[in-house]
Amino acid sequence: MEFGLSEEQTLLQDSVNRFLDDRVPLDRVRKFVTDGDDGDDIWQGLIELGVPGLIIPESAGGVGLGCLDAAIVAEALGYHVTPAPFLGSVVMAPVALIEGGNQEDLLRAIAAGDSTVGVAFGEAVGARADAGFEWDGARLNGKALFVIDYLADYVLVATSDKKILLVSSAADGLSRKALTTVEKTRRTGELVFKNTPAELISEDPNVYFRVLDAGRVMLAADTLGAAQNMIDQSVAYAKVREQFNRPIGSFQAVKHMCAQMVADLEPCRAMIWYAGYALDQLPEEARLTACHSKAHLSEVGRSVSKTATEVHGGMGFTDLLGLHYWFKRIGFNRQMLGAPEMIREEAAQVQDLC
Amino acid sequence: MDLSYGEGYEQFREEVHTFLEKYRGKVPRPIEWQKILIENGYAARTIPKEYGGYGAEPDILQARIIAEEFAKSQVSPGMGGQGISMLVPTLLEMGTEEQKKQFVGPTLRGELVWCQGYSEPNAGSDLASLTTSAVLDGDEWVVNGQKIWTSTAQTAHWIFCLVRSEPEAPKHQGISFLLFRMDTPGIEIKPLVDMTGNANFNEVFFTDVRVPQDQIVGKRGQGWVVANAILGHERGSLASPDATLTRFNALVSLMKDETINGQRLIDIPAYRDRLMRIQGRAMAAQFNEMRIFSARINKKQDTKLAGMIVKMQGTELRHELEGLAIDAMGELGLAFGDNPYLRGGGMWQYQYMYFLGLVIGGGTNQIQKNIISERGLDMPREPKVEKK
Repeated sequence: MEFGLSEEQTLLQDSVNRFLDDRVPLDRVRKFVTDGDDGDDIWQGLIELGVPGLIIPESAGGVGLGCLDAAIVAEALGYHVTPAPFLGSVVMAPVALIEGGNQEDLLRAIAAGDSTVGVAFGEAVGARADAGFEWDGARLNGKALFVIDYLADYVLVATSDKKILLVSSAADGLSRKALTTVEKTRRTGELVFKNTPAELISEDPNVYFRVLDAGRVMLAADTLGAAQNMIDQSVAYAKVREQFNRPIGSFQAVKHMCAQMVADLEPCRAMIWYAGYALDQLPEEARLTACHSKAHLSEVGRSVSKTATEVHGGMGFTDLLGLHYWFKRIGFNRQMLGAPEMIREEAAQVQDLC
Repeated sequence: MDLSYGEGYEQFREEVHTFLEKYRGKVPRPIEWQKILIENGYAARTIPKEYGGYGAEPDILQARIIAEEFAKSQVSPGMGGQGISMLVPTLLEMGTEEQKKQFVGPTLRGELVWCQGYSEPNAGSDLASLTTSAVLDGDEWVVNGQKIWTSTAQTAHWIFCLVRSEPEAPKHQGISFLLFRMDTPGIEIKPLVDMTGNANFNEVFFTDVRVPQDQIVGKRGQGWVVANAILGHERGSLASPDATLTRFNALVSLMKDETINGQRLIDIPAYRDRLMRIQGRAMAAQFNEMRIFSARINKKQDTKLAGMIVKMQGTELRHELEGLAIDAMGELGLAFGDNPYLRGGGMWQYQYMYFLGLVIGGGTNQIQKNIISERGLDMPREPKVEKK
C-alpha cells in the first residue's frame, strides 16, 4: 500500500522542475509571449530530459512510463507557466497512436523530439456554430477552432462522431491562422480544411474517450501546478509586504485567504495522482475520476487564481509581477476540453444518473 | 502508487470477515459485545494486555481492514466515546502506572464512562484562557468554575477536566489535568438544548468540588501539554470522508426516489450539477485521506498540510451535502420530528444542523485557518494584545 509518488517519479518531477527553474524563469516566458519566438530552447531542454517519449513504449524509442508520470510533469509545466507543445505531443497523440496501432514511425519521431502534435478536439467535445467540418473517409472540409499548438507538425483531430484523425501540417488544402486568446503561453489557432487529406487513427469511441480523459487529467494537473505557484507567491508576498507597520500576512483577513487556498488545493494533489493512476491501472474508474478531476480543479483553480491575485493587492493586477500569466493559464485549462458544467454532466452520464 | 494491501493482509481480512459472519444479527448487549471484541482483538487492539487490551503490535493496515470490514457488514464496532478515544491514549502516554491500572481496563470494557471538561463560556477558541480554578487545600484540590459543551455529562461516571492551578503562571503553563468522579458533591449539570432540539451537550457547574491531590495526569501546570496530545486526535475524526461517502450515496438514492411535478430530482439539471460538484469534492477529500493514511505507514511524504485541512473541509462539505438534500426536497425538506411525511428519518435536517455545529466545534473553522496559515504556512502571528 502506497498512495504517493515513487522515488523515480519524485526524481522525474524534480529534474523537470530544476530545468524549468534554471532555464525558463518568468522572463523567458515573457519573451515567448511578447517576441513571439518559437520557444525552441525550452522544448529542446524537455527533449533532453526525455519528456516527449514519456508514455511511448520503449520498443518505439520512448521511456515506457504512464499517465501518472505525465501528470506530474504537466504539474511542473503549469507551475512554471511553461510554453511547450506538451498536451498533444506527449500525451494525447501517443495515447491515440498506441491505441490506434500501426503508427510506430510517428511514435518514434515524437519520442525522439522530431515531431510535435497539436489538438483539435473542440468539434467533438462541444461543437460551436462558428466551426464545423466534414470527413468523407479520406478528406476534410471545413474548419476547426481553438486548436492547441496549431502550428505543430501534425494535428490530432476528433470528429463529432468520435473518430480520431491525423492531419499533417504539410497536407494539401490546409491553412492555419493564429487566434488571439487571453492565454499566451499556449499557441491557439484556426485550421481551415479544403479537401485536406486526413488519416483515420481510430473510430472506436472508447479510444476517443481514453485520449480525451488523458488530456483532461493533464490540464487539471497543469492547473494544480499553476495554482500551487500562485499560493507560494501569495504566502511569500504576504510575509514581506508591510502595511500598518506589520506584514499583511499577520492580518487574519489575509492569512485566512491563504489558508482557504491551501485547504481547497491540497486534496487536489491526491486527486490528480489517483486520476493519473486510474488512467494507467483502473480502467473502470478512469472515466469518472478524469471528469471529476478536470471539473474540480477548474473550480479550485478559478478561486485560487482570484484569491491569490487579491492577496497581492493592486500589484496583483499589474503586469509587473506577472501573476496574470498563471491566472490566464488556469483559465485556459478550465475552458479547453470541456468546461466544468459540461464535464459534470458527463460525470453523471458515466454513472447512469441521467 | 500501489493500492493493494498485499496477500498477508487479505488473509487477515478473511479472518475478520469470518468473525463478523458468525455474529451478524446476533450481537449481544453492548457490555458483552465489547468484551468479545476485546478478546478477539477487534477493540482495544494495540492496548497492552496488562491494562485490559488485546496487546497486538500496532499495524495501521490491520486497523484499517477491521474498520472497513465492520463498516461493510454494519455490525457494531463496539463502544466509543471520549473515555476510550481520548482519555485512554492520554493515560497510556502520560499517566502513572497506578492510573493506567485503575482506569484503562474499566474504561475499555465500558464500565467507566467519561466526559470531557475543557471549554468554558469565556474560553472557547482561546481555550488556554480557561478560569475554572483548582486550589490545593491539604491533600485535596478544591475546584470552582463552569464548563460548557460537555457531552455525556449526565451518563458519565468520571470527568477529565482542565483547571487553572497556577494563577500566577503564563496562561499555557498554569493549567492542570484532573480526573474526578461526577457524583462528587458540588457538581451540577444543566442540559444545553441546541438548534437540533436535542441536548447533545451540557453545562457543568463546580462549587467547592473536592478532588484527591493525586488524581492529576502529568504534573501541576502541565495540563495544556496533556490536553493537546489528544485534541489533534479529535479534529481529524469529526469529518470522516468514509461517512461523507455513505451520506452521498444516500443522497443519490433520495434524488432518484423523490419527484417534483412528476420529475425525479436527479433529472433536474440544476440539482444534478450541485450533486456532481459535491461528488467531485468528496472524491478529492477521500483521496486526500488515502494519502494521509499511506503516509502513516510509509513516512516518505510530508502530509502535514493535507492533514491540517481535513476538519475544516470535511465539515463544510457535509453541511453542504445535507443542505442539497433539503433544497432539492423543497417544502418537504422542512419536515422534522413527528411529521408523517418525514424522509430519511429526519436525518437530512438533523445532520444539516449538526454539521453546522461541527463547523464551529472542535476548534472553529476560523481557528483552523489560523492553524493552517501560522503552523502550516509559517505566516506571522497576529500581534498579541496586552491584557488590561
